[in-house]
Amino acid sequence: MDIAVILRTVPDPVEELELNDDETDLDRDYLGFVLNEFDDHALEEALLLKEAGGGSVTAYAIGTTDEVEQILYTAVAKGADAAVKLGDDVGALDAHAQAEVLAAALGERSHELILCGVQASDEIDGQVAMLLSAKLDLPHVSVVVGVEPAGDGLSVTKEYWGGITATYDVSLPAVLGVQAAQQAPRYVAVSRIRQAQEAGALSEAPFVPPTGSSGITITAMRIPESGTGAEMISGDEEAAADRIVELLQAAGMGGGA
Amino acid sequence: MSGAVLVITEHLNKRFTDATFELLALARTLAGDAGVEAALVGSGVAGMAGELGAADRVVVIDAPHLEVFDPDGHAAAFAAVVAGREPRIVLVPYTSTGMDVGSHIAARAGLPLVSYCRSIDASDGLSATCQLYAGKIEADVSVDGDRAVFSVLSGAAPAADGRLEGSPEVVEAGVGAASRTRFTGLAEPEGGDVDITAQDVLVVVGRGIESEANIEDVVKLAELLGGAVAASRPIVDQGWLPKSRQVGKSGLTVKPKVYLALGVSGAPEHVEGMRDSSTIIAVNTDPQAPIFGVAHHGWVGDLFDLLPELTDRLEG
Repeated sequence: MDIAVILRTVPDPVEELELNDDETDLDRDYLGFVLNEFDDHALEEALLLKEAGGGSVTAYAIGTTDEVEQILYTAVAKGADAAVKLGDDVGALDAHAQAEVLAAALGERSHELILCGVQASDEIDGQVAMLLSAKLDLPHVSVVVGVEPAGDGLSVTKEYWGGITATYDVSLPAVLGVQAAQQAPRYVAVSRIRQAQEAGALSEAPFVPPTGSSGITITAMRIPESGTGAEMISGDEEAAADRIVELLQAAGMGGGA
Repeated sequence: MSGAVLVITEHLNKRFTDATFELLALARTLAGDAGVEAALVGSGVAGMAGELGAADRVVVIDAPHLEVFDPDGHAAAFAAVVAGREPRIVLVPYTSTGMDVGSHIAARAGLPLVSYCRSIDASDGLSATCQLYAGKIEADVSVDGDRAVFSVLSGAAPAADGRLEGSPEVVEAGVGAASRTRFTGLAEPEGGDVDITAQDVLVVVGRGIESEANIEDVVKLAELLGGAVAASRPIVDQGWLPKSRQVGKSGLTVKPKVYLALGVSGAPEHVEGMRDSSTIIAVNTDPQAPIFGVAHHGWVGDLFDLLPELTDRLEG
């Protein structure tokens, strides 16, 4: 199966975020960006499918930053056959613009399956995976936790809630929004990533600037006041442990004092 | 154009989800004279319309192949309802099935989509407040035009306010485009060794636990407290704990007496599954972590410094 995987960078989820002067966007200058974790699962699922049934995996990412190149080289080091940078220094694109750029790039090629993370933490105007499926007029399933070949198509497992899952037969080509791969994303040694980098395992595809609009405008952003309503414990870990034990005992847990 | 507020309803085994009633309650606050419509897609579902008394009108699409949620089929059916009714506002639940529907119907109808909505204002144009970056940022969003689809987070309105019996007008509609996905089966979750919904104490680990090996110390703490270890989604997706231990939107909803969250950031999807716990204590190195917004008690610091201190005291 000829599989495309969409990879995106998002602000590192463990970093503190700061706003720009207008307070309408993040201050991106000093922000660390990492691969969107759901896209990492999409890549893993693609590699598992290839290992089980042959075919190829091509990774796509929009942008020209070092982080974008790094996630593409990492994909190659993990086993992707090709990595394509949709390169232009466009800054942050919203989901509509990303879907438009990807549709232009992928529409030209004949991938049988397009895998993408089910969501990203910044997709305020919709999910890229679903917007892309609409643009390419392909069937879609989101919140995918398993993909198996079945006849001419796929058997796809989707998670509902409370651990309930549903299985669907999906005709190809199709777009899937992956929540979790069937195994945790593999690690790859830095030396392998460097090898991919030295081999220049990266190609560039024409970037078609998006012209559409999401139809919404972010007018203000703020960092929610943390701990509103929470009693914040001050002091070091010893003070914190003392207080938490008190709280546990007050709730009838952790033995008597 | 009906100008109404259209709610995309969701049901499993002929039972509407809480998300459906929350959206109906929200719709009532937004609709004014234009009224609330509900889109109901399934097989043999017309009789369920009476449960949607919070709506003035229920648009029913009844087709055998849509008995259980079908990503492509339901998206096409709901898109057909939106095309036919031309509502001013479409409310989609931010749930697993809603995620297959929202972006699709917005794209089909050429309407903007506003995602991660916590509240909506329709009094003067359309605007919403949304939670971005896993709840770390709140954003005010205005819609450029006069119609939009909103994907709404759990808890935006009380489900009880939307759970009204009644006899709304029922309108039948056509199926929409043929489906390219086909439902083949439903699977209940495998039972785990521990039922986290039945525990008085849960010690819950998130991304901050950093590695699988570190979970061992947390298990020890949970045992000392007579409780169990649970986790947020990233930990389960990594395979460090089984699915049966997951709290949140795609996991289980828990209400223990004590919920001790260690290195859990508190994304909206997680909070949805634990906010009704009696006492919530959160520990995180990030003072901005949204978990402190729902916790009753919080400490900003390193869980790895705290763990031995807590264990010592409880052993002693």
